[in-house]
Amino acid sequence: MAEAHPVGFQWVMEAKARGATVIHVDPRFTRTSALADTFVPLRVGTDIAFLGGVINYVLQNGLDFREYVVAYTNAAVIVSDDYQDTEDLDGLFSGFDPATRTYDPASWQYAGRDSAQDGDDQDHVVQRETASALQHETHGIGVESDPPRDETLQHPRCVYQILKRHFARYTPELVSQTCGVSTEAFLEVARAFTENSGRDRTTALVYSVGWTQHSVGVQYIRTGAILQLLLGNMGRPGGGIMALRGHASIQGSTDIPTLFNLLPGYLPMPTAGVDDSLDDWLDGISHPGSKGYWANARAYGVNLLKAYWGDAATAENDFCFDYLPRITGDHGTYRTVLDMIDGKVKGYFLLGQNPAVGSAHGKAQRLGMANLDFLVVRDLFEIESATFWKNSPEVETGEIVPQECRTEVFLMPAASHVEKEGTFTQTQRMLQWREKAVEPPGDCRSELWFFYHLGRLIRERLAGSTAERDRPLLDLAWDYPMLGDTDDPDAEAVLMEINGYDVATRRPLSSFTEMKADGSTLGGCWIYTGVFADGVNQAARRTPGSEQSYVAPEWGWAWPANRRTLYNRASADPQGRPWSERKAYVWWDASRGAAGEWTGHDVPDFEVTKPPSYRAPAGSDGVEAIEGVDPFIMQGDGKGSLFVPKGLIDGPLPTHYEPVESPFRNPIHGQQANPTRKEYSRPANRLNPSPPEPHAEVFPYVFTTSRLTEHHTAGGMSRYVGRLAELQPEMFVEVSPELAAERGLQNGGWCHVVTARAAVEGRVLVTDRLSPLRVEGRVIHQVWLPYHWGTGGMVTGDSANDLFGISLDPNVLIQESKAGTCDVLPGRRPTGRDLLAFVEGYQRRSGVHDDHARPIVTVGPGAQAPDDGDETPDPAGGT
Amino acid sequence: MAGKHSLFGPVDPAADAGYGEDHPPRMGFFTDTSICIGCKACEVACKEWNDVPATHFDMLGSSYDNSLSLNANQWRHVAFIEQAKPLGEQESGLRRQAVDLGMPGMAPPDGASAAHAGQDDDAGRPDFRWLMSSDVCKHCTHAACLDVCPTGSLFRTEFGTVVVQDDICNGCGYCVPACPYGVIERRKGPEGAKNVGIAQKCTLCYDRLGAGSTPACAQACPTQSIQFGDVDELRERADARLAQLHEAGTTDARLYGHDPEDGVGGAGAFFLLLDEPEVYGLPPDPVVTTKDLPHMFNRAGVAALTLLAGAALSFLGRRR
Repeated sequence: MAEAHPVGFQWVMEAKARGATVIHVDPRFTRTSALADTFVPLRVGTDIAFLGGVINYVLQNGLDFREYVVAYTNAAVIVSDDYQDTEDLDGLFSGFDPATRTYDPASWQYAGRDSAQDGDDQDHVVQRETASALQHETHGIGVESDPPRDETLQHPRCVYQILKRHFARYTPELVSQTCGVSTEAFLEVARAFTENSGRDRTTALVYSVGWTQHSVGVQYIRTGAILQLLLGNMGRPGGGIMALRGHASIQGSTDIPTLFNLLPGYLPMPTAGVDDSLDDWLDGISHPGSKGYWANARAYGVNLLKAYWGDAATAENDFCFDYLPRITGDHGTYRTVLDMIDGKVKGYFLLGQNPAVGSAHGKAQRLGMANLDFLVVRDLFEIESATFWKNSPEVETGEIVPQECRTEVFLMPAASHVEKEGTFTQTQRMLQWREKAVEPPGDCRSELWFFYHLGRLIRERLAGSTAERDRPLLDLAWDYPMLGDTDDPDAEAVLMEINGYDVATRRPLSSFTEMKADGSTLGGCWIYTGVFADGVNQAARRTPGSEQSYVAPEWGWAWPANRRTLYNRASADPQGRPWSERKAYVWWDASRGAAGEWTGHDVPDFEVTKPPSYRAPAGSDGVEAIEGVDPFIMQGDGKGSLFVPKGLIDGPLPTHYEPVESPFRNPIHGQQANPTRKEYSRPANRLNPSPPEPHAEVFPYVFTTSRLTEHHTAGGMSRYVGRLAELQPEMFVEVSPELAAERGLQNGGWCHVVTARAAVEGRVLVTDRLSPLRVEGRVIHQVWLPYHWGTGGMVTGDSANDLFGISLDPNVLIQESKAGTCDVLPGRRPTGRDLLAFVEGYQRRSGVHDDHARPIVTVGPGAQAPDDGDETPDPAGGT
Repeated sequence: MAGKHSLFGPVDPAADAGYGEDHPPRMGFFTDTSICIGCKACEVACKEWNDVPATHFDMLGSSYDNSLSLNANQWRHVAFIEQAKPLGEQESGLRRQAVDLGMPGMAPPDGASAAHAGQDDDAGRPDFRWLMSSDVCKHCTHAACLDVCPTGSLFRTEFGTVVVQDDICNGCGYCVPACPYGVIERRKGPEGAKNVGIAQKCTLCYDRLGAGSTPACAQACPTQSIQFGDVDELRERADARLAQLHEAGTTDARLYGHDPEDGVGGAGAFFLLLDEPEVYGLPPDPVVTTKDLPHMFNRAGVAALTLLAGAALSFLGRRR
């Protein structure tokens, strides 16, 4: 955190000064470790084993926060008789189909559930293609509201007992064997975690997004969520799971998404053949029969369509629902790059993104971009993604010939964050307004300017067209006040539209509960409604911390409803009383209002007048079905999900799988790596062999990458600025003194790191901050590389992301770019054609050169069969 | 010999330089290196505000330090020290984790086998810590650079700080060897940069102070490792922080440059360190190089008088 989020780290330092204990678990000793109370090094890719061990420690010793767990999680819920665990099936859950490598989740459902009801929305083949777990990010699980329960937690098929059996083998010894962590260090963390949780204390779990970049990335976070629920650390002050996002407004770009499968406010992008009408689409979101606020999805969906198409959107034409594009499968960033290589993509827009350096498998990125009709790059500098055709590594090897490269590149200069107004949404879901400090120089313009005027020009070209396909563009509500000499759209007017207003009076809405499904209101992102309450830009508020409570509700504005901690009903006990005086946050006050109200330091995340004693009438659903003891109001059963019956592709519980590239056999299960992962098996995407495949020893070391404080991600904002570039002027590779001795590496000298994709060179930095680990009885060396460099800028170097292949988490299609295997050699790498031959030599020696198909399923029926990986199935039946 | 125009001992430097009683309090830095995260924001903010050029684009291979030392183009410098030493109550986890590969120097004398290593015993690797510290001009109470400056370019400000006036400095370089810390230096390049040939160092952002602002480095520091303020108040804060660390078991912690009785009369920019000053590249017992100047003048005066007296005597003798 100190490395990549130094400004946020000030709060960790402040907490430490007030007595907090800071524990840092990381493959290498970083700036964060230097300031932590305890540092625990672990093997890359074994986090589920580590945290699973802590969960087991909690369960075996009865250390869970029992009253919280029984009342607020699904621990008591009884699961179907048919459910079989990875403990029963050697690393697979019940319902696995080796042919498609997906699950039929019918057996994962709660007992008494008629699995036939699940029907269409449970096709995991389609869900994997559309990264459906991402679409469900705030949907919660669409389960029925009232499953059978055993509140004694003794029923052998209740979630609590299933969890206990599932993690029983994650003993301190197994954690030590798998993660390379000493049992002493592991137990110290487990003790600290549990002793600092309960009525009086809470523990926060903080991760940076590298944690998600694994073939089991979603399940990493799930493991953390299970632990935090068991210890009662969710919805309470000082608890929770804090995701440190990688850029200034990445949270904003999922809320108002730049993702292929989402619309604003986590409304899913309609799927062709599934969401054929407005009703189909909205019912798929609201899950009739489930509890919770998604029951109002119709209002959210209609308000979005009204914001897009204004007066043209009417009840008669389903508010122009048919104008929305449909997805037909996987259109994720990696699929798109492979489609670019295959010539299926004509044009590509890059906005503040530098995939030539920043994305996994840099060569695939660059070869893809070299095979387009046009490419638009908007950035502060002429980054590698705009110059790949003339100075990329592939030009050196002859794979891209500048004179023949067909891609026409349009480089558009962008305004920086101080040269435009707007909001940043940070990890706490807080929107903070920023003013324009200076005018952008020359032709530099904001993204808002670019897209508004691009839309304007296209609409002018299409004016008068009668073609049906042009209606969605021509009918757009595309009208904003212009500011200044450069005709910049007024960003506050856009924020007002996002907030939403009454169409007739233009009165800003103050809450999404005011949104109407009849078209009389509009709003571009329902979760942001309230940011312009009372016609005031709430995101621009800056009341100092010293002038308000520690929750600081008057600094910026957090969605939803300016609520700073989600699910904060859980900060009170089932009767509505604070769990303890020390951790009082939101509570029921019977003396307020007519018959009592929820109150406290934060905006209650609950209907304010619904008492803790409220029980739902039989047969109710939606908001009415949320009982007074259901804090997780977006979940179908109102409870925190220890066990997830619906919504995840790779299983209802996290289990340890090895990274796709690993020098070790999975010590816990016969199934080696995530069997449902997305893997594009093709010559351009050779993956290093892992056990039980032969030749894994060709790549004996483990490598991982991350950031340095001194540079920003792919370097587009730091390598081109002298005073930043000089801070870390060269690409380097960190190795332990032991590995340096083993491979003859000299500090300050050169070395190169090799995988089946590429060889990357850098200066050697020998440091005690990396330590060999003992795993499964043998010594493993880990290598670390920063990934900031490329061929452009004031300081150049090889790109570490070139080393990775493409394998993806099946839930959200994120790439495994924090764990791989490699070889390390002293000296500089070969250049030109020799480089290709050098890498090919490694491919041959490791047996992955020809039409290599690897086994992905390693247990059960179909085990060890070569697998061609995943190409996108076309729902229409074509290719 | 503390007093008006003294050259060492505890004084108020601004008053000593002749500012009236209404001069502002002495301002300075307290750099608490125990909470420095080595982000180098201070280096960058300093260069941006003061227009100090970027000059070095080579990796030094010395932990994460690529700026080496304070110099004319580096007015803040963050040192990174990787050390085989535990940090108070902190547990690095590296010692107990280390694996014995049976290589020279790694195994304990009794040759503990690799089978034991990596478990809970001491694997022969000492514990580890990573120190980071942002260094800066000390703005000495008795500043030798100022004392030796023949043009009056270096002067004492009303805030008690020491500042070079770029338009007066003639580049003679007398100040360079005078500094007991090796801070001030003449800018040698790069070509086209401003003030090449002129003595350059931290001004404690004199221009910002005059406008009531905090110096750029302290403003940018995310963890408040660099604290700016009234020196008397900072000294109290430093004492309290030191006591807190000692209580927490970090017995190596010490203050550096805060003592008005030290060789430079106390620094306006002082530090909390976690080890000997030498570890950070700081002189252990700096003394203002002009400390003996009065003494030397006296000696020289006596010698001159003696010579004159001798000469006079010889004339007297001749008359006789």
